[in-house]
Amino acid sequence: MEAIIQIEKLNLYYDTYHALKNVDLDIPEKTVTAFIGPSGCGKSTLLRTLNRMNDMIPATRIEGSVRIGGTEIYGEDVHVEALRKQVGMVFQQPNPFPKSIYDNIAYGPRLHGIKSKSDLDGIVEQSLKQAALWEEVKDYLKRSALSLSGGQQQRLCIARALAVQPDILLMDEATSALDPISTLKIEELVQELKSTYTIVMVTHNMHQAARVSGQTVFFLNGEVVESASTDVLFSTPSDARTEDYISGRFG
Amino acid sequence: MERLNLGDSKRINRRRISDQTLHMIFLACTSIGILVLMALIGTIVMDGIHRLSPDLFTNYPSRIADRAGLKSPIVGTIYLLLLMAPLSFILGVGAAIFLEEYAGRSRWVRLIQLNISTLAGVPSIIYGILGLAIFVRGMNLGRSLLSGVLTMTLLVLPIIIVAAQEALRAVPKNRRDASYALGATKWQTVSKSVLPSAMPGIMTGVILALSRAIGETAPLIMIGALTYVAFLPENLLDSFTVMPIQIFNWISRPSEAFHELAASGIILLLIMLFIMNIAAVWIRNKYSKNI
Repeated sequence: MEAIIQIEKLNLYYDTYHALKNVDLDIPEKTVTAFIGPSGCGKSTLLRTLNRMNDMIPATRIEGSVRIGGTEIYGEDVHVEALRKQVGMVFQQPNPFPKSIYDNIAYGPRLHGIKSKSDLDGIVEQSLKQAALWEEVKDYLKRSALSLSGGQQQRLCIARALAVQPDILLMDEATSALDPISTLKIEELVQELKSTYTIVMVTHNMHQAARVSGQTVFFLNGEVVESASTDVLFSTPSDARTEDYISGRFG
Repeated sequence: MERLNLGDSKRINRRRISDQTLHMIFLACTSIGILVLMALIGTIVMDGIHRLSPDLFTNYPSRIADRAGLKSPIVGTIYLLLLMAPLSFILGVGAAIFLEEYAGRSRWVRLIQLNISTLAGVPSIIYGILGLAIFVRGMNLGRSLLSGVLTMTLLVLPIIIVAAQEALRAVPKNRRDASYALGATKWQTVSKSVLPSAMPGIMTGVILALSRAIGETAPLIMIGALTYVAFLPENLLDSFTVMPIQIFNWISRPSEAFHELAASGIILLLIMLFIMNIAAVWIRNKYSKNI
């Protein structure tokens, strides 16, 4: 299977700090990949490299190659707006806009020029259904998104990201601010979405990585220590540091 | 634990006494401010209340106290406000958006920033001198309503810029991230996500700046608005007068009757300021729910 994301010899510096060291990684299409590792190991940095959210941090420097769907995303002719439409992102804290549920979902499509009411209606309904939120909110679309619970807000943010029809969905510790039941709902959602989308998630929770991902990547101090199918990585890790981490000896 | 330790009660009593003493001192500080304000309002109302009549709104200023009114100053103040508000809003918010969202943090930007904050505290008469030099003389606009509007816009601009910048800065970063992550450009993010969240704060700042402007006298005296105006300005280049100038004019006359008129003018001005401040609070409360 051809990898949709191909990372080669990627180095990233924040000013003088070497945050990612010689990362080589392939991520296959329509799978769930989990990035695990202790705080500050570079897993979120790599995630934010994939939709170029790091561009906004001053003095960030990048060397190496990141290709998505065969295109070099740090190439000169790449429009970052178009990239981010293809590569959606869900953040750690649910961050809905202080607008209605409807306007939250329609925000992205409107940015990209969809104006017709009936088109937007269709997108809103479909996105909310995909995020398993439709049944809960279909009668309250005009209500403020801030009136939803934390778990609902996060599913709204997933729906909002899906509304611009991305191919890849990045989730940056998307459940760490949620209660266990909301977390479970989002994990179930991820299982359903992986038939349509390529999902890359950063998680602090190794059980979560084991439950939902097909492939797991273990980071330490800005390096990829080990990358393997989740079953293999958790049962027979090839690197001693991976074994130490997943058995709870550090991190 | 054998017994609850109640500590050294003498020491605690001493601490309590200093606590209570300071409580009284702070209360006294507040009371002085309020008492002075009450006394001020009290004397002005006593002087001016019987002069408050519909005539005040319909009569032009006059040399005869019983016929004198505030028609042209009231209309002048309203014209000034209506022209200043959109101009200072557009310039001020535009500058704030540039500085906060686009300019970055280079040395030049910080220098400009420092200058703007300093300008917000420059005495208003300096703006009058500036207005006289640039608008009245330099651009040959004369002692006109337009000169007044432009001068006053300059005066409130730094205040509005600083207030708008603070409002923009208060918008949480994760709201910008959400917008960028959906593929928004900077302007789309600012216009659709940041500005709506910052608008209540910006509006409050603008209203407070405008309410400062309608009480200003010095810069308008400087550009020559202190004249006897017994007509309403019909275009931007007509001469004009505003309420605080007319009040100043009346107070400088010897006759007691004019002092009473001045007091009634002050009451009207205070009512206007009060309404504007209430509007600012109302806007803040109405929209802050959604932030």
